[in-house]
Amino acid sequence: MLFFSYFKDLVGQEVTVELKNDLAIRGTLHSVDQYLNIKLENTRVVDQDKYPHMLSVRNCFIRGSVVRYVQLPPDGVDVDLLHDAARREARGG
Amino acid sequence: MSWSAPDDIFFSTSLAAYLDKKLLVLLRDGRKLMGLLRSFDQFANAVLEEAYERVIVGDLYCDIPLGLYIIRGENVVLIGELDTEKEELPAQMIQVSEAEIKRAQKAEKEEMLLKGTMRKRMEFLDLD
Repeated sequence: MLFFSYFKDLVGQEVTVELKNDLAIRGTLHSVDQYLNIKLENTRVVDQDKYPHMLSVRNCFIRGSVVRYVQLPPDGVDVDLLHDAARREARGG
Repeated sequence: MSWSAPDDIFFSTSLAAYLDKKLLVLLRDGRKLMGLLRSFDQFANAVLEEAYERVIVGDLYCDIPLGLYIIRGENVVLIGELDTEKEELPAQMIQVSEAEIKRAQKAEKEEMLLKGTMRKRMEFLDLD
C-alpha cells in the first residue's frame, strides 16, 4: 500500500521505467494501481535504435511484475516523508 | 470487481482506454504481437483480434497473421498504443516474406551461438 500511495503522489512527473528485459522507457506517469502496474504517456524509449518496433508507441501500459526500476528526478522525492511513512508501516500502522 | 464510472477509464490504469485500439503487445519471450484489443481482465489477460506477430531481424521484418488470440497476462510485458499518425517502423526497414525472415532468424541464432563459443575459447586469455 505504501508504494501505491507514493506512486499516486508522483502522477504527472517524468520517470524512466527500466524493465526486467532491459528495455528502458521514459515518460510521464499517468496512473498506477495496487499491483504497481504503470501507465506512461508521451513515451520515448531510451535506446530507440535497438527497439524499432517501439517507434510509434506514445502511451503504454506496463505490467507491474516486469518492472526492475522506476527512476525518478532527485528533487521529485520527499525522502523524509517516505522515511516516516516506511517507519509507520513497519510499526504495523 | 466493481464497474468503474465512465470517467475512470481515462485516469486509472485500466486497459479500458485501449479497447478496440490497435496495440503492440510485448511478451516475456521477446515476441511482439499486434492487434485490436477486444477484452481484458485484472490479470492483464487479453483478447486480441486480427493479431499478427511482427518478427524483426536487423533491418528486415515480417508480419505473420495469427487471427484471434487470448494472451495469458503473466506473459505480458507491455501494452503500447500505436500513434496512427506516426510511422510504425524506421524507414530503412524492409518487409520480407515469412520464409525469408525465418532464414534470417536462424542465421542470427547461429551467429549468437558462434559468438558464445568463441568467447568461451578466448576466456583463458583474460583480455578484459
